[in-house]
Amino acid sequence: MSASVEIAVPKPIKPLSEATILFAGDSGDGMQLTGSQFTLATAFAQNDLATLPDFPAEIRAPAGTTYGVSGFQLHFGSVNIRTPGDEVDLLVAMNPAALKVNLPRVRRGGSIMINVNSFKPHNLKLAGYGTVNPLEDETTLKDYQVFEVELSRMTEEALKGRGLDRQAVDRSKNMFALGLTLWLYSRPLQPAINWLEQKFAKQPDLQAANIHVLKKGYHYGETTEDFIAQYEVAPATLTPGVYRAVRGTEAIAMGLVAASSQSGLQLFYSSYPITPASELLHQLSRHKNFGVKTFQAEDEIAAIGATIGASFGGNLGVCATSGPGLTLKAEGIGLAVMMELPMVIINVQRGGPSTGLPTKTEQSDLLQALYGRSGEAPLPVVAASTPGDCFYAAYEACRVAVRHMTPVILLADGYLANGSEPWRIPQVHDLDEFTVAFAQKPNRKVEGKDAFLPYVREESTLARPWAKPGTPGLEHRLGGLEKEHETGNVSYDPENHQFMTQLRSDKVARAAWHIPATSVYGDEEGDVLVLGWGSTEGAIRTAVDRIRGRGHRVGAIQLRYLNPLPPDLGAILSRFSHYLVPELNMGQLIRVLRDRFLLPFVPLCKIQGQPFKASEIEAAIVALPENA
Amino acid sequence: MTPKPRKLAPGTGPPRPNRKAFASNQDVRWCPGCGDYAILAAVQRLMPQLGIKRENLVFISGIGCSSRFPYYMNTYGVHSIHGRAPTVATGLKASRPELDVWVVTGDGDALSIGGNHLIHALRRNVNLQILLFNNQIYGLTKGQYSPTSEIGKVTKSSPYGSVAQPFNPVSLALGASASFVARSMDRDARHLTEILKRTHTHPGGAFVEVYQNCNIYNDGAFFEFTERASKAHRTVFIQHGKPMLYDNGNQGIRLDGFRPVAFDVNEGPYGVSDAVVYDETSLELASIVSRMSQSKDLPCPFGVFYCDVRPTYEYLLAKQIETVVEKRGRGNLSALLHAGDTWEIA
Repeated sequence: MSASVEIAVPKPIKPLSEATILFAGDSGDGMQLTGSQFTLATAFAQNDLATLPDFPAEIRAPAGTTYGVSGFQLHFGSVNIRTPGDEVDLLVAMNPAALKVNLPRVRRGGSIMINVNSFKPHNLKLAGYGTVNPLEDETTLKDYQVFEVELSRMTEEALKGRGLDRQAVDRSKNMFALGLTLWLYSRPLQPAINWLEQKFAKQPDLQAANIHVLKKGYHYGETTEDFIAQYEVAPATLTPGVYRAVRGTEAIAMGLVAASSQSGLQLFYSSYPITPASELLHQLSRHKNFGVKTFQAEDEIAAIGATIGASFGGNLGVCATSGPGLTLKAEGIGLAVMMELPMVIINVQRGGPSTGLPTKTEQSDLLQALYGRSGEAPLPVVAASTPGDCFYAAYEACRVAVRHMTPVILLADGYLANGSEPWRIPQVHDLDEFTVAFAQKPNRKVEGKDAFLPYVREESTLARPWAKPGTPGLEHRLGGLEKEHETGNVSYDPENHQFMTQLRSDKVARAAWHIPATSVYGDEEGDVLVLGWGSTEGAIRTAVDRIRGRGHRVGAIQLRYLNPLPPDLGAILSRFSHYLVPELNMGQLIRVLRDRFLLPFVPLCKIQGQPFKASEIEAAIVALPENA
Repeated sequence: MTPKPRKLAPGTGPPRPNRKAFASNQDVRWCPGCGDYAILAAVQRLMPQLGIKRENLVFISGIGCSSRFPYYMNTYGVHSIHGRAPTVATGLKASRPELDVWVVTGDGDALSIGGNHLIHALRRNVNLQILLFNNQIYGLTKGQYSPTSEIGKVTKSSPYGSVAQPFNPVSLALGASASFVARSMDRDARHLTEILKRTHTHPGGAFVEVYQNCNIYNDGAFFEFTERASKAHRTVFIQHGKPMLYDNGNQGIRLDGFRPVAFDVNEGPYGVSDAVVYDETSLELASIVSRMSQSKDLPCPFGVFYCDVRPTYEYLLAKQIETVVEKRGRGNLSALLHAGDTWEIA
């Protein structure tokens, strides 16, 4: 950085293999922005990383309160990073409430950077510290290394004479914190500067002010004696390729656009705003130049209805929601099952039931996805396991839907959607082939005449033909009433209903024929197999690595396909003797597994709105009888 | 039943698709005597006159007696779920604007369970033809009062009379910013066909309420408007640019302030020139006239209440994409994947 003109005594640089930082402050303090910018700089420094944005459902909860605390946790390293970190090495606390809420997350001996200017009686009281200032008592922070920084005051000083109002000045203090932490971990300033230049392109005053404060924070690190050393985290050894930082939501959006682009189907995306799925609507609305049509529906039901209409019209119909919205869509999805139309319903899960914990993560909609419809209404369910994997999961969900002419539910969650990681960008030509064949001609002779029967099936998939309105000679009617085999005419015949119910079930089961072999992480056979799905992958694999490092024989499977289950699962299970099933719910996958395999699956349930820590899974593996 | 007028003269000249070409091979399963038959016949007869290829026609319905309609049309069709037809139709029309999409619904389907979808489809001005068969009763579920049943209606679910104020579907559609609103009846094939034609001609979302007799659960609900003995003095057929006259021209409607009042054309202080000259482009007038059907002292209005041409939803949606593509160029997948800051690891 050429900006550094002041004389700075170079400080010793301590190499670290990994570190976890947590930025925490009021929901109006800009902690999510600070965190994302640190993430970008870290990705730039070629570290592996994982993030956990954690914020309240209220947009601007009363300032200074514990329930208004917004946090952004980031774990990065030169080693393989799969979780946002079990324990925090550096907590940046912008106010007493942020300290109060997040202190339990900090490792004993870890560091805490505190904006001392906010530790005033009023704020201390709001945070529940009463009249005792934790900075002054002898006990609260005795196990930690505390950096007291006058963040607010120095920001004010830095911006003096620029004619900015108090609010604008106060809002810039997060840039001071960002600059200081960037210095502390030897990250480049330039990505953040580039971002500020863009963000405030139309407000040159604010642009200059924020960049100035950012640099002041950086220089403060160089000059102050509070920090005796700087850290450095060397680049991670990742698979060669071109990388970018990606958030789960971005990855899903790109996966859908890729599916549209590769299949030649127009993407029609319909959604009603709901946390944490709304961001997907925002993302796709920006991709209009790919011909993406986005439709903000009047409610959740309209969103699935429009998706059905679009799919009937030969489009790639997609809608996204979160748990309560999936409940509202249940009847529509049942219709899609009956009409046998391809579409993808994305559920970005959050804490439930009811409104639950809108901004927190959970995996408690698996059973809803599998069974939450009237009647026998099976459909394929797939899950994404990391932010970057969201791209492939979305792409695959679209392929399964079109190949088998069925609605598919894609499960993600708040942690995946908002979390980010470095992502090796795939080559477009490496993507799985995605071809679509619309029906063009009558497919049968009925009484000597050409006829189109909409429920005649293809053998390897049991899919029926997809005939677009506008195709002459293929006029047909679809609906929710039971269909007669092949003709699709309304039928109340008892035998036909049993036959068709079985057929719809077989069709979904047959999707298993096309599932690639399941890969086992760690040991291919051994004592313990950990079975997970969705966003728990990082924590599970980290735990498995640790335990294998101690000589245990442990494998892990992260299920992409939850319905139908992969056909090779039974064979893999037979190679292990103990089974742990960690889930962020009360035990849902485990019921599905027990239903299929009479094996002693052991649950590990966490339902706190937070992802697993690797240490929790590690402890559960250790506690299994085999290891006891 | 009044005899149905033949619309199509037995033709000389090239064979044109006739009504039969638009009838599916499915047996029609409505109760004998149901008003739906007449509407189906009118629609099937109208189709060949529209010059639309059969494969480009789509009928979409919800649930209820009326919603069986698509099964009887030899076109593309969807018999969807209760109340949701406008959503399915919106998704289809927004993504395939070149198709000719019709929605067939009933008073329970459109105004009760699907009320939200109806008003939003109308305000968006999706170019759909929405036909609401209003029989003021739930037929398929065997006779409960509906959102258009009058106060005091005795049904299976209201043995002591309904206490709920009914919707006026025309007023509701006007309130929802529909760009075309009309009313007709099952027992006047000529008028119904005329209105359906205009509905189709209208370049935008069109809403038509069709009074339809349910001869099983609500027989005669509209007989005062549809039967010869009372039709002339209980109905007024509104036409753009024409005075509001009825009862064979013997009575008229004039405005007393904002209040419509019936008067005798031949006797008393008012004459033909005092009658309101109907203006279907006036939302204010449409709103006033739409409320006449709630008065026992005024004739019930039929015809086109309101017609306003404004851009359709699907047009604006497609246009926006065109503009973005023009500005930013057609999207490139590889460029999208590489957007933002990237770095290479060798």
